[in-house]
Amino acid sequence: MSMSKIIRVTADLLFPFIVIFGFYIVLHGHLTPGGGFQGGAVIATGFILLFAAHRIDDVTCIFGKKLFQNFEAFGLFLFIGTALVAIALGYTFFMNFLANSGGLFGQTVSFGINPGSLNTAGVIPILNLAVGMEVLGGLSIIIIYMTKAIQWQEDLE
Amino acid sequence: MIDNLPYFVVAITIILGIYTILIRKDLIKIIMGLSIIESGVNLFLITIGYRWEGVAPIYTNAPSLQMVMPTVQALTLTSIVIGVATEALMLSMVMLIWRHYKTKDVRKATKLQG
Amino acid sequence: MSVILDNLPALLIALPILGAILCPVISRISDNVRNGWVLLISALTSLTCLAVAEKVFAQGALVYTFGISAINQVIPPDSGGIPVRIIFVIDQMNAFMLVIAAIVGFCITVYSISGISRLSGKDGFYTLLMLLTAGVIGMISTGDLFNFFVFLEISSLSGAALVAYRVDKGVAAEAGLKYGALSTLGGLMFLVGIGLLFVQYNSLNIAVLASRIQLTNLDIIAFVLLFTALAMKCGAVPMHFWTPDSYSMAPSGVTAFLVVSSQASLYGLFRICFTLFGAQINPLTIGWVIIVLGVLSMFIGVTMAIPQKDVKRLMAYHAVSQTGYMLLGVGVGLAALSNMNMFESAGMMALTGGIFHIMNHALYKGLLFLTAGVIFFRCGTRNLNQLGGLGHNMKWTMIFFMIGALAIAGIPPFNGFASKLLIYESTFIFNPVLSVIAMVVSILTLASFVKVFHSMFMGPVLPEYSEVKEAPKPMLIAMGILAFLVILFGIFPQQVIDFMVTPAATALVNYPGYIHAVLGGV
Repeated sequence: MSMSKIIRVTADLLFPFIVIFGFYIVLHGHLTPGGGFQGGAVIATGFILLFAAHRIDDVTCIFGKKLFQNFEAFGLFLFIGTALVAIALGYTFFMNFLANSGGLFGQTVSFGINPGSLNTAGVIPILNLAVGMEVLGGLSIIIIYMTKAIQWQEDLE
Repeated sequence: MIDNLPYFVVAITIILGIYTILIRKDLIKIIMGLSIIESGVNLFLITIGYRWEGVAPIYTNAPSLQMVMPTVQALTLTSIVIGVATEALMLSMVMLIWRHYKTKDVRKATKLQG
Repeated sequence: MSVILDNLPALLIALPILGAILCPVISRISDNVRNGWVLLISALTSLTCLAVAEKVFAQGALVYTFGISAINQVIPPDSGGIPVRIIFVIDQMNAFMLVIAAIVGFCITVYSISGISRLSGKDGFYTLLMLLTAGVIGMISTGDLFNFFVFLEISSLSGAALVAYRVDKGVAAEAGLKYGALSTLGGLMFLVGIGLLFVQYNSLNIAVLASRIQLTNLDIIAFVLLFTALAMKCGAVPMHFWTPDSYSMAPSGVTAFLVVSSQASLYGLFRICFTLFGAQINPLTIGWVIIVLGVLSMFIGVTMAIPQKDVKRLMAYHAVSQTGYMLLGVGVGLAALSNMNMFESAGMMALTGGIFHIMNHALYKGLLFLTAGVIFFRCGTRNLNQLGGLGHNMKWTMIFFMIGALAIAGIPPFNGFASKLLIYESTFIFNPVLSVIAMVVSILTLASFVKVFHSMFMGPVLPEYSEVKEAPKPMLIAMGILAFLVILFGIFPQQVIDFMVTPAATALVNYPGYIHAVLGGV
């Protein structure tokens, strides 16, 4: 069920650019439109382009189901873990404990007209990253299962 | 009157979605009707947040302080994500019904009755 | 240690979600490790629910804010007096529902260890089961309307996937599709109602909305949308068509928890009628609407149940009928609020009866579904025409089924009698016709369960079932816990009502108390 040579080569060329663009949307989520779910969906689109252009069995040898399951579990675990760390530090659940703290993401925003800086949002970029990984894993697994079901049905006939 | 145009579009979209669910016989088209209703509801949520001559709700570089409501945008995002998950789940169930019943007609997928 | 005790409401949803996330990774190690992990998370969640409930019954309403810097603050210091974060408000009514979810949740996890042992894809099953638990517990603890919607959708989607779990030649997929489509439609109506309320009062918090609401036209539209969406989700009669299909096709442990999920939507309906719109609606009109829905559910449920051949479909129609009892009791309580005299004499008793019936129904209906699941597990069929004579080999299952059937019919030493007696007495004072209808429905319930008992367990041993063994140990333990509670609540109903049900009913009617607990200072 693979497509012609032109489509396969173009998909292989476009794949890294789509993934990097999606990663940009995820990481700048607190400054520009976008964030976890939107960026994760764009990265998943890059993988789905590969699933659509090649045979599903060839792609699954490199990017298998287990890889995406690991992505999904790690992303969700990072999300809940960041929320629970706030309890261990003495605040309540989901508290933004990095904002205004001067640490990794804790620079304070300067007032007035300025283009904004990447390090100002506290815990939010970490949560964006976690959600991005989770959505990437989840959507890719859905498409892998559906494509395998179509292939199984076609092999029967 | 022209301010209310998005609300008319919302009403038309939801009515089209309800019409699709009621009239169509193909299971996939019924689920797409549900998806049309979801799009209508998301548009309704976004339209609620508009403020006359408002700007994007970002503080730095803001030309004026009359901003559109950011909370409805979060509500709409959550609703879109829930919609994606719902459609994926229901389309896989339609695939299972196609595999076992050999039909996609909703009038024939009626083994549970009475 | 005190840090955990202060943050218990957050652990209520954090623990099941953590369990659900790590379940696929842990099940790659081995089956027994995964069973142990699932049991551990389920036991910890139930203990947390019981601990929070005990704290609330001892000290009063508990409010927990997410993402705030000091533990006991509710309103962020820089927000001008408006709570803008997501809050969990657990007053006595929420604590009552938490006790139900804790008990039933633990029992079905123990049951499912052996209930699905012959099916494949078990890691997906346990992940979805823990997500369903998290969704139901979140629905009954939250104090924020949009958070309620999110947990409603989580529990609907997990429930729909679990109903279609045992594919069974596509029939279960059809049932799951119906459940998913109707739940999504209900959720969308709920969302439009939330949008209409948000645009007028600029807040999503239930307590803030309750203190600001006036009855404009948009508010009436929002109330009708919210009411219809929640009535659709709990199986009241014009919208009950998903109930027999999905309750009969789901694996049996899941069915017992879907009953709790429907009751959580019923709790949402009561919270909207009594607290959110409590100051503004006309109690007599809305009370009579709920009473009419309740009477229709009772009657149609039990008459559709009598000719059924499939055991679990029959029990599902009885679940619709018993939901009618709860709606009748609380409807009479709401209608009696319009007249202070009648409320003192009949309304409070009806409200207590309806709320007590929620817990009793979860316990005995869970027990009945689990016994039907045991029979399907051992005999491979649910058709009453083909079963027979099972009482010779499955003695414990027969005893548990008898306890459940007598409890649902309202026979004295079991807990159904206590709540049904309260409903009969109070509706007789309110309007005698309703009481007569309730008693007739109870008699028809007893008739249909006598038929089921006779055709399943009595009679000579059939040749194809002569070698069925008794149920495996985990299933017996789960059914034993529920049966013990059914008998215990039947023998000591007054203590249970004084300790749990009357504070819950008082807290439900007392909407100024709810607003005061969140916003502090009237």
